[in-house]
Amino acid sequence: MTVQSAGEPAIRVQGLEKAYGKKAVLRGVDFDVARGSIFALLGSNGAGKTTTIRILSTLLKADAGTAAVNGFDVATQPADVRESISLTGQFAAVDEILSGRENLVLVAKLRHVKDPGAVADDLLDRFSLTEAAAQRTATYSGGMRRRLDIAMSLIGNSPVIFLDEPTSGLDPEARIEVWQTVKELAGHGTTVLLTTQYLEEAEQLADRIAILHQGRIIVNGTLTELKQLLPPAKVEYVEKQPTLEEIFLSVIGDQR
Amino acid sequence: MTMSTSYFVGDTVALTARTLRHVTRSLDTIITTVITPIALMLMFVYVFGGAIDTGSTAYVNYMLPGILLITIASGVAYTAYRLFMDLATGIFERFQSMPIARSGVLWAHVFTSLVANLISLVVVVGVALVMGFRSGAGVLAWLAVIGILFLFTLALTWLAVIPGLTASSVEGAGAFGYPLIFLPFVSSAFVPTQTMPGPVRWFAENQPVTSIVDTIRNLLAQQPVGSSIWAALAWCVGVLVAAYVLAMVAYRRKIA
Repeated sequence: MTVQSAGEPAIRVQGLEKAYGKKAVLRGVDFDVARGSIFALLGSNGAGKTTTIRILSTLLKADAGTAAVNGFDVATQPADVRESISLTGQFAAVDEILSGRENLVLVAKLRHVKDPGAVADDLLDRFSLTEAAAQRTATYSGGMRRRLDIAMSLIGNSPVIFLDEPTSGLDPEARIEVWQTVKELAGHGTTVLLTTQYLEEAEQLADRIAILHQGRIIVNGTLTELKQLLPPAKVEYVEKQPTLEEIFLSVIGDQR
Repeated sequence: MTMSTSYFVGDTVALTARTLRHVTRSLDTIITTVITPIALMLMFVYVFGGAIDTGSTAYVNYMLPGILLITIASGVAYTAYRLFMDLATGIFERFQSMPIARSGVLWAHVFTSLVANLISLVVVVGVALVMGFRSGAGVLAWLAVIGILFLFTLALTWLAVIPGLTASSVEGAGAFGYPLIFLPFVSSAFVPTQTMPGPVRWFAENQPVTSIVDTIRNLLAQQPVGSSIWAALAWCVGVLVAAYVLAMVAYRRKIA
């Protein structure tokens, strides 16, 4: 597999359009994602985030426009695209009847890596799932499922990872764990495209943020650039109340 | 040879091992598959059977072929169910976004159906033996019976793939099996067709189940099968080809 030169973006989307029947979901979406960066696609439900991810992961055909991942066109070179990506869908797609370890071994076999068992054990360790390795994933908590889900996506070291709403439905603690994992990934040079409805998530993780609204990218920039779109900051004195999340985390932190 | 073909065998083996675990870990699916045919067998042999004139043939021998077809018809409903669940949980899309032989996902369900139905058929035949079923058929006749049951299972399994891929609810995915389970009742499976009124008799004698049942019954009773074996094979192959083509259409609509 050829890896494109560092100058080219890992993901290039130009004029992407998609309609379901008469309902236009994407009406000309353009964005680039630089190699090794974290790019957040921010938008409310129905903005077209998942549709974009499904087109980029060759699960859906666009009506118009082009998209390239790792230099390969999603429409004409789908097999090469699939060699380049890992998809973590909106709902942690793990096999509930298999154990955590069996899920990892299965994906390792399908990715044709050497020694699937060792790869699985290593990931179980990295994601603090070793104790639960032999249990059926139906017994896992939401956070554990999501960790396993992301661990499954790391097998084969795909240069590009799609995370579709990786923290939806997670408790604050599990959400921070996922954030940590995503940051580590990007630290190792993996390109991450994530979608989220949470502004804070985009703020925490992303090098660049694009806001997808009614099928179009209405803003695309770094956090600093986005902040400049607003009037300059005023200095005000406000008594800062701790957020419930801060209270929750400090209380359960004491318990451990 | 493309990448997909060279991986087809290995990928399909890995995926089939996964779905087989779904069967071995939920043995209740085998129990619910065999319980209806066994209950019907008990009812017909010990309650209604005495009133049905099958000449010198023991009634349990007479009706076993129809019971075997009912077993398969209720067994394939689980194929539709398992496939539907794979789509609903997102694991189907996870596999389709990976660099694997994509059709292996469907074949894994088909192979698993063949194995699960084989187990169910062995259980039902075992109960029939306890109830007095006997056959003096030789190896060749038994091989012919197994071959026809194999083809029938394969045809019905591909038929089950269609609702598995297209159903909008889990009930819908399983409901397609009801008419299939009902079909043997309007055939020569339980009652000789000569006793039925004209139009019903015409339907019974010309629908697929009668030729299949007659062929299996004659093979097991060491009687000549006549032309019914060709009609049985034609029905099985015809349904198989039609179901496979329609399943592939449904599959292509599901993935880009």
